[in-house]
Amino acid sequence: MVWETVIGIETHVQLSTKTKLFSRASTEFGKSPNTNVNLIDCGLPGVLPSVNKEAFYKAIRFGLAVGAKINQTSIFDRKNYFYADLPKGYQITQMDLPIVLGGTLDIETEEGIKTVNITRAHLEEDAGKSIHDQFDGYSAIDLNRAGTPLLEIVSEPEISSAKEAVAYMKAMHQLVTYLDVSDGNMSQGSLRCDANVSVRKVGDTELGTRTEIKNINSFRFVEKAINFEVKRQIKQLENGETVTQETRLYDSIKDETRPMRSKEFANDYRYFPEPDLVPVTVTEEQVNEIRSAMGEPPSVLRKTLADRWKIPANDAGVLVNQGPELVRYFEDLATRVGEGKVASNWMQQDVLRTLNERGGNITDFPVRPEAVADIIARVQKGDFDTSRGREIFASVVEKGASVAEVVAGMGIAAVDDGDLRALCEELIAENPKIVADVKGGKEQAAGGLIGKAKRKNPNVNPAKVRALAIELIQALP
Amino acid sequence: MSIQFKTIRELRDMLDTKAISCEELANDTHKLAEDLKELNCFVTMNKDASIEKSKIIDQAEKADSVLSGIPLAQKDLFCTEGLRTTCSSKILSNFIPPYTATAVMKLESAGSITIGKTNMDEFAMGSSNETSYFGNVHNPWKKGYVPGGSSGGSAAAVAAGIVPAATGTDTGGSIRQPAAHCGITGIKPTYGRVSRWGMIAFASSLDQAGPLARSAEDCAILLNEMSGHDSKDTTSLDIESTDLLHTINQPIKGLKIGIVKEFSLGDLDSEVQNRFEDSKKLYESLGAEFVEISLPNISASVPTYYSIAPAECSSNLSRFDGVRFGHRAENTDDLNDLYIKSRSEGFGDEVKRRILIGTYALSAGYYDAYYKKAQQVRRLIKNDFALAFESIDLIMTPTSPGTAFAFGSKGTQNPIELYLEDLFTISSNLAGLPAISIPHGKVNSMPAGLQLIGNFLREDQILNAAHIFQQNSSFHLDKPSMEEF
Repeated sequence: MVWETVIGIETHVQLSTKTKLFSRASTEFGKSPNTNVNLIDCGLPGVLPSVNKEAFYKAIRFGLAVGAKINQTSIFDRKNYFYADLPKGYQITQMDLPIVLGGTLDIETEEGIKTVNITRAHLEEDAGKSIHDQFDGYSAIDLNRAGTPLLEIVSEPEISSAKEAVAYMKAMHQLVTYLDVSDGNMSQGSLRCDANVSVRKVGDTELGTRTEIKNINSFRFVEKAINFEVKRQIKQLENGETVTQETRLYDSIKDETRPMRSKEFANDYRYFPEPDLVPVTVTEEQVNEIRSAMGEPPSVLRKTLADRWKIPANDAGVLVNQGPELVRYFEDLATRVGEGKVASNWMQQDVLRTLNERGGNITDFPVRPEAVADIIARVQKGDFDTSRGREIFASVVEKGASVAEVVAGMGIAAVDDGDLRALCEELIAENPKIVADVKGGKEQAAGGLIGKAKRKNPNVNPAKVRALAIELIQALP
Repeated sequence: MSIQFKTIRELRDMLDTKAISCEELANDTHKLAEDLKELNCFVTMNKDASIEKSKIIDQAEKADSVLSGIPLAQKDLFCTEGLRTTCSSKILSNFIPPYTATAVMKLESAGSITIGKTNMDEFAMGSSNETSYFGNVHNPWKKGYVPGGSSGGSAAAVAAGIVPAATGTDTGGSIRQPAAHCGITGIKPTYGRVSRWGMIAFASSLDQAGPLARSAEDCAILLNEMSGHDSKDTTSLDIESTDLLHTINQPIKGLKIGIVKEFSLGDLDSEVQNRFEDSKKLYESLGAEFVEISLPNISASVPTYYSIAPAECSSNLSRFDGVRFGHRAENTDDLNDLYIKSRSEGFGDEVKRRILIGTYALSAGYYDAYYKKAQQVRRLIKNDFALAFESIDLIMTPTSPGTAFAFGSKGTQNPIELYLEDLFTISSNLAGLPAISIPHGKVNSMPAGLQLIGNFLREDQILNAAHIFQQNSSFHLDKPSMEEF
């Protein structure tokens, strides 16, 4: 029997806003328990929520990047359930009128680019945390996370394997970090997903019964959890059993999924429109403002960059994945250099490598595009070769000095033509074998003189040495 | 000179002429409250802080606000920083809020002095003040009779002349009905005129705060201060504030008043009908015109209200779970047990009844038939009013089908009997419209109320019509003898 897998993914993205979705409390991660909490977050009697506009703008930016419809009026709803870390006894979320409707996300599969349709994305608040293992006989509640804004992005059931699911999550991660919608920090729970998994016989049009694997927080676990679940479902069906529609949890230690206790999910959430919040409206102008401020979405930008600067798609991909600030840095450099490929090489080999080693943000990087362009220009002029240029780059980073200062400090100065001639003549006299080879027609043998020349004077230009040496040898009787 | 039964205007004069100091006024008010303790209209007194504040105000050269030094009582569902706020419920019987409700804050910033927190129906659910954890409130006009509800303590405190005015909240009639039963004036403003920040929610889309006082003019003084946009409440309206005192005392010649055909007044007690006819004649004599209007969907307002209000309450009251504040049961096995015991012990019967009704109305399979349907009907009722107000200025009805009744005489067997108390008041909450109740005589020696419903944000019109009525009658000047207390 040949089976096919159908997967739909709900991604929970924690928006990187300074304050919470409905209060002014900070969202900073890692603070002492219950310090990022105000009256609203702990659900005191009489308090009311107010919407954080920044969260809305980020949600809209995401929607525009995936080509979705932005609902100009979106409303909040209450999802009612009791839990100790849910202070109000309900979560404020969006049901019927989410902010983002539709859209697509391109993912990279072994067969090429695949477009996955997005059903919707809505804003909601996160719950707090229950801590069960720190106080003997008590559970503790930390409300720091309560009210943190989440964007829940729901895909259509169009993902056909665990690998594709990982590709989807990676593309999502890239997109939300590129857009600065989220910090994408998976270990801190900023990006996590629920996977709806079902299998069916190839050729069937009806979907099989699905199970939902909750709260997966790494790419590796997405793959492992889905693979386990697909095998489990197929085995069950092949044994003539049925799949039960249920919610399951992935245990990464045992590498298996198992059903949640029915008490944990058998809820009637009694959704109804949140009467404490008026519907939120966004005007056409506001959406346009966000659109023009965000520039091209990454999928389009990759192609634009590759075309505009005549660089390989792979180069463009690497640059875009680092975010808009780095793309701006690159374009500044490429404009100064005038050659995209040369600028891209320096970006990949020097700027990015150093940035990764040092950590931090490209906007704080000590070597600005004009300095890199200066080094490249000197290389192109023949002041020194590329490897020397790279030493200079490293030195500029290290010393925080200007290119001119570093060049002067290293004693690099253009070698006088007379001195160069004297040096070449000296080399010709000392290397009769090479001279004979060149004279005999093997011009490449002149390369052997370059290293020797550099040892005598590190500032000589290898190309000039080569040309002058050949000229002098040919002129020999 | 006694301060009992004085209006804000009268107390202002006494203070300005130094006939009394703020401190004396505060002390006298507390003495009066103490002497009339049997009424049970206060849950918590704010004695030390209020006298402290009165001393500070006495030191000021001149009062900068009409409310400076004026004692007020606050319904015990407004959060008051450092002062216990119970909603007359066991579950909040130990709750001391760390912040103050915007409406109270505004009144206090204008110099008024919070004397204490008034008794009410538990979480504002009730029409007789009999659901309070802190016991019944007596109607100042007759011992053993209800003051109405849910703002029963506020209405009784004003009617007994302890304070000139008090705050209340009105979700289905909770300012107007007790004002009517106690023979005073009370206004429920347009939904969104007064911030709900710090008002412990019963039904968010219906709740609105307002004043109860001895006259329409005093209501205008309080409402002027309480009104205004609050960035902490997104449902509060962002409108320019108008001086409601400035717009009262305008002639009402040509004012068009609607009488609702569907409210079959002929079924009411004949004395209630007689008072209504008398008031109509008074308005006619002042130049107003009466028009019969139709609100075709109005008969659905009580069932609509009793689907929406409990649904919202069932969700709003979920936060009272014993985890972070309020009553927590002892000796519980696990989280579920903690919830069940804390809430079973903490809430009274009427609150539990409404949580159950509301949970049912929102549950899967019933949502469409109850909550959603009710919201659709609510829209129709709103539209009925909008259409009617195209040809009239305001609507006149009795505030309540009857007058105050004896403790335990209504609704003990069938709660719906008590729900019908709100027959005339509920629809203005559903439509978000302002409405005022003014005293207009007695029915079987108990006060009866006349309700004027205004168009959206036209508090000016109903306050003016009420004020003109009071300028041409003396019902609002009647005082209970208080001999029984």
